[in-house]
Amino acid sequence: MRTRTDLRWIWVIALAVALVLPWIFFDWKTSRHSGFVLTMLSEIGLMIVFALSFNMQMGQAGLLSFGHAVLFGLGGYTTAHALNAIRSSGVWFPLELVPLIGGLGGLAFGVVIGYIATKQRATAFAMITLGLSELVGAAALMFMTFFGGESGITTDRMIESSLVGASYSAPWQVYYLIVFWVFVSVALMWLHTQTPLGKMANAQRDNFERTQFVGYDPRLIRFWQFVVSGFFAGIAGSLYTIVYEIVTYDALAASKSANALLASYIGGVGGFFGPVLGATLVVLMQSGLSLLSNSWVLYIGVLFIVMVMYAPGGIVGILGQHAPIARIGRLHDLFLPYVRILVPGLVTLFGFVLLVELTSFVTIGATQGKKFKVGSLMIDAATAQPWMLAIGALLIGGLWLRLASRGFMRVWDGLIEQAKTLEGAAR
Amino acid sequence: MTAALSLADVRKQFGETKIIRGVTLDIAKGERHAIIGPNGAGKTTLFNLISGRFPITSGSISLNGERIDTLAPHEINRRGLSRSFQITSIFPNMTVFENIRCGLLWSRGYRYTSFRLLGRQKALNAESEALLERLNLQSRRDLIAGLLSYAEQRALEIGITIAGGAEVILLDEPTAGMSNTETEYAVNLIRTVSEGKTLLMVEHDMSVVFGLADRVSVVVYGEVIASDVPAEIRSNMAVQEAYLGAEAQ
Repeated sequence: MRTRTDLRWIWVIALAVALVLPWIFFDWKTSRHSGFVLTMLSEIGLMIVFALSFNMQMGQAGLLSFGHAVLFGLGGYTTAHALNAIRSSGVWFPLELVPLIGGLGGLAFGVVIGYIATKQRATAFAMITLGLSELVGAAALMFMTFFGGESGITTDRMIESSLVGASYSAPWQVYYLIVFWVFVSVALMWLHTQTPLGKMANAQRDNFERTQFVGYDPRLIRFWQFVVSGFFAGIAGSLYTIVYEIVTYDALAASKSANALLASYIGGVGGFFGPVLGATLVVLMQSGLSLLSNSWVLYIGVLFIVMVMYAPGGIVGILGQHAPIARIGRLHDLFLPYVRILVPGLVTLFGFVLLVELTSFVTIGATQGKKFKVGSLMIDAATAQPWMLAIGALLIGGLWLRLASRGFMRVWDGLIEQAKTLEGAAR
Repeated sequence: MTAALSLADVRKQFGETKIIRGVTLDIAKGERHAIIGPNGAGKTTLFNLISGRFPITSGSISLNGERIDTLAPHEINRRGLSRSFQITSIFPNMTVFENIRCGLLWSRGYRYTSFRLLGRQKALNAESEALLERLNLQSRRDLIAGLLSYAEQRALEIGITIAGGAEVILLDEPTAGMSNTETEYAVNLIRTVSEGKTLLMVEHDMSVVFGLADRVSVVVYGEVIASDVPAEIRSNMAVQEAYLGAEAQ
């Protein structure tokens, strides 16, 4: 089948890109890797595993968890303790296999937490995970020996045992270790969707009553799916510990859980690969935007809301909607309409960003004695012009976008209609 | 010989409302048994009690002599009783083939495994294909089940119901909402798939009931008022008053 071979190429291409990427940012003059880029790429990798493990529950089993970071964080703490134990005892255990310990940690906590949470499904399940997330969060600050309180548990990844003789003193070595584990994890999670448990998780999501009448206990399907998901969340948490060499309360807090949810929804929970795109985008925004603006959290939040409102299928959903048009080879007809909505879209975005930045500057930046600069252009937030410009761009861009999107929809609907009739005729 | 399915003074109450008021019914192995009765008589409730969807208030239900009335639906299913629903119940987002395969998984011992790829299970897949052929759905194999026509979805549900090899099959209004040709097709399908098995079905279409059933029970206000061969039921005065007459008006 053509589609299947295409998919295989995507794996190869993705691996090649992941391997080459750090060298694009390599500074040949000083012959040094960019530490910032390596950390960001490592973060993307572990977030991909984390978001995919979240989607094993959300997308594949219909289980919305508000406490997925608990499994991630506990996997991370397990790893930190394991690393410290390996170092202090001098036992030979290669760092390459340490993520497995984190995974087993996540799996073990998945058994305990999953046992409670999967007694229910739907809203009740979500509420239980929310409660358990708060519970573990509170416990993290109370039980010092395991969680280390507010300062967390620090560790050292240079345990001097490796299968390949790497010391892991350099971030690039860590990055390649992460690439390895990300590919193994993604491949295993992909294969999991093709197993009896993976399929019955889908079945239970779509029609939980029917699953009972084909002999399955839907509760146990939820439980095992939760446990497997915990394993991969634990691996992600383990990679996190190896990269940062510290695990704190943040690793299992609600905001980390929210990250998995944001990444999955922005990428798309419907298919398998959505969270991969979502995690990449969210980390890029976190790393990139946070350098540019204090308000980056707000932008991610707005992106999330816009996606849920207008594209509940996420990025993958948007791409998928183009498939019928691509099949009849008319994708190029969308080029001009896209340009026509892109221009007012950018104007609106410009107005919105300027407004947010001006407000943020007036409330925070100015008190810190900073100056509002775009390139070399100084902007005086005390004058009316920048505010007028922002509001004007937002209003005019918004109205223009509304008009333009109508035109876009006309072309879109026409093409979809054509695709339907052509494909109907082909059948 | 113990009956395949045996109900003894089964009662069901929702709050103060008595829905099933003491049903005693024995269904012999290999029998095709139809339950008829006016709307709201409790036919579907009876199915829900037998299949474990609701707990009974009192009485007992036995499958091949073994009590099943305290078991969960999936446990009853594993003991060889399978059912379809009045409102079509399939896995709408999966392909037709995957629907059938999901129906087969438990009975073929796959349980909750996460380390066997379904694509590699040759025997399982061959069995699914064979069942698709029996259902006459092989041309729809890779279609998303939710996109099938209504009659095809009903046929698929029957397929999922029988896939696990249950000895006792409960069908809740299998031909409801079908055209004449579709009904004819469905009746033939039900006849072939229930060959050698015990069939219990709720049905409103009298031609289906009298064409398919070995025995017919009439349920009115939560009680069985008559249970006999079709010819006797047809001529039974009480039945005509309670049901057939009311229907003809």
